[in-house]
This record gives sequence, C-alpha cells and structure tokens, in this order.
Amino acid sequence: MSAIVIVQSRPARRWLPAFRHLATLLGAVIIGAAVLVAIFAPYLTPHDPFAQDLSQRLIPPVWMEGSQPTHLLGTDQIGRDYLSRLIYGTRISMLIGVLTVITSGVIGITLGLIGGFYGGRTDDVVMFLITCRLSIPLILVALTVVALVGSSLAVVILTLGLLLWDRFAVVARTTTMQVRNLDYIAAAQAAGASRVHVLAREVLPNIANHLVVVATLEMALAILLEAALSFLGLGVPPPLPSWGLMIAEAKEYMFFSPWVIMTPGVVLFVLVLGINLLGDGLRDMLGADLRR
Amino acid sequence: MVLFIVRRLWLAALVCLTVLVVSFILTRLSGDLAASIAGPNASAADVAIITKNYGLDRPLVVQFLEWAGHAAEGDLGRSFLYHVPVWGLIRDRLPVTLALGLTGLAIALLVALPLGILAAVREGSAMDRGIMMVALLGQAMPGFWFGLVMIVLLGLDLQWLPISGVDTWQGYIMPGIVLAFSAIPALMRLTRSGMIDALAADYIRTARAKGLSRAKIILKHALRNAAMPVVSIAAVQLGFMLGGSVVIESVFALPGVGYLAWESITKNDFPVVQAVVLFLAVIYIALTLLADMMNALLDPRLRG
Repeated sequence: MSAIVIVQSRPARRWLPAFRHLATLLGAVIIGAAVLVAIFAPYLTPHDPFAQDLSQRLIPPVWMEGSQPTHLLGTDQIGRDYLSRLIYGTRISMLIGVLTVITSGVIGITLGLIGGFYGGRTDDVVMFLITCRLSIPLILVALTVVALVGSSLAVVILTLGLLLWDRFAVVARTTTMQVRNLDYIAAAQAAGASRVHVLAREVLPNIANHLVVVATLEMALAILLEAALSFLGLGVPPPLPSWGLMIAEAKEYMFFSPWVIMTPGVVLFVLVLGINLLGDGLRDMLGADLRR
Repeated sequence: MVLFIVRRLWLAALVCLTVLVVSFILTRLSGDLAASIAGPNASAADVAIITKNYGLDRPLVVQFLEWAGHAAEGDLGRSFLYHVPVWGLIRDRLPVTLALGLTGLAIALLVALPLGILAAVREGSAMDRGIMMVALLGQAMPGFWFGLVMIVLLGLDLQWLPISGVDTWQGYIMPGIVLAFSAIPALMRLTRSGMIDALAADYIRTARAKGLSRAKIILKHALRNAAMPVVSIAAVQLGFMLGGSVVIESVFALPGVGYLAWESITKNDFPVVQAVVLFLAVIYIALTLLADMMNALLDPRLRG
C-alpha cells in the first residue's frame, strides 16, 4: 500500500494559471499573425514597399496631425509607405528566424547528441567546441563576416546559423546524457538497432520538447541580431525593408519626427515578445525546465 | 585543487589558440584581403603594391605563424588606417568600454538581485509572475532601439541626460541601462531559481527553527548559497556585454573598443578587427576562468 501524503499548500490562485495560458495564447496568436502576414504580404500591402515618392516624404501616421488616409502608418524619408514596408519586413524577420534556427539547430543538436551519447573524449571535443564558440564575440564576428563576404539575406542567415548553435548543443548534450542510460535505449540497442537509429529514433524524440523551447529562444535572438546588424549597416542590404534597416535609415529624422523609429521598433519588440511568450508557455507545458 | 587549476588553464590556452586561428581566418574570408584593403576604386597596381607590402603573397600558414608569433608577444600589428600599433588604439579606448561594461553590470545586478530574491520568496504569487514577465519584456527589447528611444525621451524631450559622448559621467547612464537590459533576464532567472532551491534546503529549516529573523535567513543564509551561480553568470555576462558594446557604443557615439571595431570593419582596417576579436575573446576566456576558479574555491565539490 502506498503512503498517502497530504501536501498543505497555499490556496491556489485560479487566475494565475489562466493568465499563464493567456500569455502563451497571445504569443501563439502573434506568431500566427506574423506567419500569415509574411506569407500573404503581397495581398496585404496597400502600396509597393519599394515605390518612392519624393512629394510624399515623412507623412506621419494616422493618429498624428497631417496624416493621410492612404498612408496609415505614414511614409519614410523618401516617400515609401511605412505600413507596406513593415509588412514586407515581417517576411525578412520570419525568414531569418526560421532558417537560422534550422541551420543552427542541425549543427548544435548533432554535436550535442554525439557528445552526450558517447561521452568521454568525444564529449570533451564537443565541450571544447562549445567553449570556443562562446568565447568568440558574436556580433563583432557576424559584422566582420558580412562586411567581407558582402551583405545579403543569405549571408546573414548563414552567418547567424553558423554562430547560434551553442545553446542547442548545450541542451541537447545535457538532455541526451539524462536519457542515455534509460531502459528503452538499452532495449533498442539489444534489439540490434544501429547507433544512428538509436540517436535519431530513440534519443531525439525524447529530448525534442527541450529543443523546441531552445528553438523559440534562438529564433527570437536571431531576429534581434539581424535587426542589430542591419541597423549597423552590415546586415540585410537596402532597399530591402528590414526593420533594423528601417530604424537605421530613419535615425537622422528621429529628433523631428520620433515616430519614424517607433513603429519598426514596436513591431520588432512585439514579434520577439510573442516568440518568447510562446517559448515560455511551451517550457511549462512540456515540462522542459532544465533547472530541475 | 592544483590539478584542477592546471587542467582549467590548459583548456583556456587551447581555446585561446583556437580563437587565434579563427580571428586570422575570419579576415581572410573575402578571398582577396589586398583588394578589400584597397577598396573598390583601386587599380590592379595598387592591389599588387598592398599585396607585396603586407606580405599577403606568402603562404597562409607563414602569414598566420608570423601574426600569431607577434600576437603572443603582445604585438597585434599596425592599423592600416591610423598607421599606429593596434594595441595602442585598443588601450586608449579600453577605459570607456570597461567603464560602460561595469556600469551595465552594476545596474543589472542592482535590478536583477532584489527582483530575483523577491520573486523567489513569493514563489508562485502574482508578484513572482509579474517579475518574470518583466524579464520576458526585457528579453524582447531590441537594445539599439531602446537606446534610440531613450535618447529621444530622456535626452531630447526631458533633457535629463547627454545624448552622446562621455564628457561627463552622466554619459554612461543611458548606454549602461541599455547594456544592463541584455543581462537582467538571465541574472534574474538564475537568482530566482537559486534562491528557490536554497530556501528549500535543510539548513534554512534549521535557521528558522533557531528563530532567526526572516530577513536574516533570506539575505544571509539563502543568498550566500544562491549567489555562486550568479557570480559565474555575472562574469560571463560581463564578457558578453563587452562584446555587445559594438552596438551600444555606435548608438551613443562612445569612443570605446566597440566603436573602434565597428569603424574598422566599415573602413576595412582588418588588423584592428582581428585584434579586437582576439582581445574580447581573451577577456571572456579570462573572466570565465576566474569565475570557475572562484567557484571551485567556494565549493570543493566542483574540483573533480
């Protein structure tokens, strides 16, 4: 007979878990909206995001004086429609986020699986690689690579993908170590499964919930880093409507019309917040908290 | 303990060597360094002269060994742009970056520690949720944009703080806050989880049983045990902040190492870029080494 333990806890506040779900839901809604906006950008934009009109420069958004109904969020310093550029900018940010996560995920998870599963010398090498990667100043190296190889969307994605694998590797390694000695791994090995099969079919699915959480964190980080690189002039090249680039181009006008830097920044903040909210919610739901 | 130190030093040296190779390869990525230095308007003859002057026509291995040899002696080469030793350039700008990094770390700790403790003490409460939500908001904030917004609000509209430069100490406040934002979420989460674990430990129950005051238990007994991982993450975060100063120093026009690096990248001054990458990496390695040593000193279990 099992002992029954009665745990006396504080009275549960019912609205807190609800708030938790609400926050996660909000994150999911933001990401869902961003995906839809990115996919259907051409159908949503009121104007061509690249079309300049020098007679329509720096028109303020609708809630300010002097706005025009045709340009809901105003126009930039060379008369391009802000809303259209923000909508197309969603494509760039989502593309950067998703493709960077895939690239860095493949590298990091592979390294982490191998290090965590085999241990010993192999693990030492993996740990060494992670240490080296963390020692290298991220933004500085990314800036240098883009400056030397040339700025394009592909270069930014590849650079960030090759740099952001460390957390994937760390988490994949620790979680693999935790499941390595469990019975079902031994069973698969006893059944004659190959090492690759064990890693891909037995270990990977069982650590996937942790990796999903890392993926959201890295996606948020990649989107922020792209914006920072583009802001410094060494990310996505003009005239592409990257949000970071829009802030950089609007910077010299911010003293007279502060809204020019507000809208791209707020959109960037909201998307990253949405990804983080979803990631945080997933962490709770999947029980992927590594602390315990 | 000696064995631990030796092993840890050996690892740090190996990482340094790897970073040395990486920072060398990095500047060779364009394929033709001489053409990059000469710029887009240079003639073939110019490129040939540069190739010869800088010895770029020699085998890569020879170039690397020469550069690494000099770097090991503290000679990081000469700037193409300023025609002075790179080390001098970095040394002149280091105080600004260090002051900025330390300001950022101080602000981050001042915010993260109290909030992290508060969240842990009231684990699961609305206050805890609220504080963790602040961490999420901070994590989502684009630093460079936050800096610009502060420049407009605090510098221009309210005229509380200078919008650029470091003529007075006030110049460090805004960039320090922006930099702190990048470190606050991690420090806060770690303080919170460390405190939760510490508060659940047996010695806390003993302390309570002894009738110690709540404040004393939290601040003296629990915090001391929760502080250890926070110290090592603080060291790591300081390293990240020094690296992240590239963006912040550009936003606020602070004449530090980060600004030097950005300027050098945009002006093809590659010896400087190479040196700053190496320099920041070595600082990071030294900081993590220091943190590991301190932890090993405090907790013998880690020396294995």
